[in-house]
Amino acid sequence: MQDDAVFKALADPSRRQLLDRLHEKNGQTLGELCEGLDMTRQAVAKHLAILKAANLLSWKRQGRERLHFINPVPINEIAERWISKFEQPRLSALSKLKKRLEKQDGN
Amino acid sequence: MATKNDESTFVYVTFIRTSPERLWSALTDPDFMKQYWFGVHFRTDWKPGARWEMLYSDGRVTDAGEIIEFDPPKRIVLKWHHELRPELKAEGFAYCTIELEPVSDAVKLTITHTMNRAESKLIQAVSGGWPRILSNLKSLLETGQIVLKQ
Repeated sequence: MQDDAVFKALADPSRRQLLDRLHEKNGQTLGELCEGLDMTRQAVAKHLAILKAANLLSWKRQGRERLHFINPVPINEIAERWISKFEQPRLSALSKLKKRLEKQDGN
Repeated sequence: MATKNDESTFVYVTFIRTSPERLWSALTDPDFMKQYWFGVHFRTDWKPGARWEMLYSDGRVTDAGEIIEFDPPKRIVLKWHHELRPELKAEGFAYCTIELEPVSDAVKLTITHTMNRAESKLIQAVSGGWPRILSNLKSLLETGQIVLKQ
């Protein structure tokens, strides 16, 4: 449904930088997110709106301010779409290894 | 600065193509929940003031707490306490709010988990789990199949 929006949103380095900053510290205000960035407040607000439209970001009101939160659910969906198939053998390999090692310990 | 430094919060959002009623029952029916909650199940009668418990199949309680609000099919608020890992247990109570909001042909599901302490280990621990649970729930409701079995 929204894969195109997610990939377009992630294709921009400034938007990835904003997500990195939220990943480092979640729940920041627009003012905090602008600090030390080489972008105008309007440009940052526009990038945040694109991230929100792709559901990569959510915000909640706190008094007069709006706190921004990174939302990794769509990224997780992308990962599971292509990676979960490969993850399954890895998990079962780990559990086999665990069983073998535990068996050896028991001997 | 509006960010309170004595608080840890995450807000996770997913849009699921289903009805609020179906999503609500997926979130509150213990048998259905087993399908996407990675081996744990819930025990509660969902009444405000009642206790809830999340258990492994061997009966160990991993998390528990109190139902604060239960407003079908819109909103659940849980008081949340971890029971197994000592360092998480020591942090005390967190609050988890689950909100459903119809948006055209889908439902916006928002999970907010908050604790009144900076860099909460509990919030860190649950924030790894929720995206996987929500992705699983979304696939299950939209396609009838889960993505990850474990």
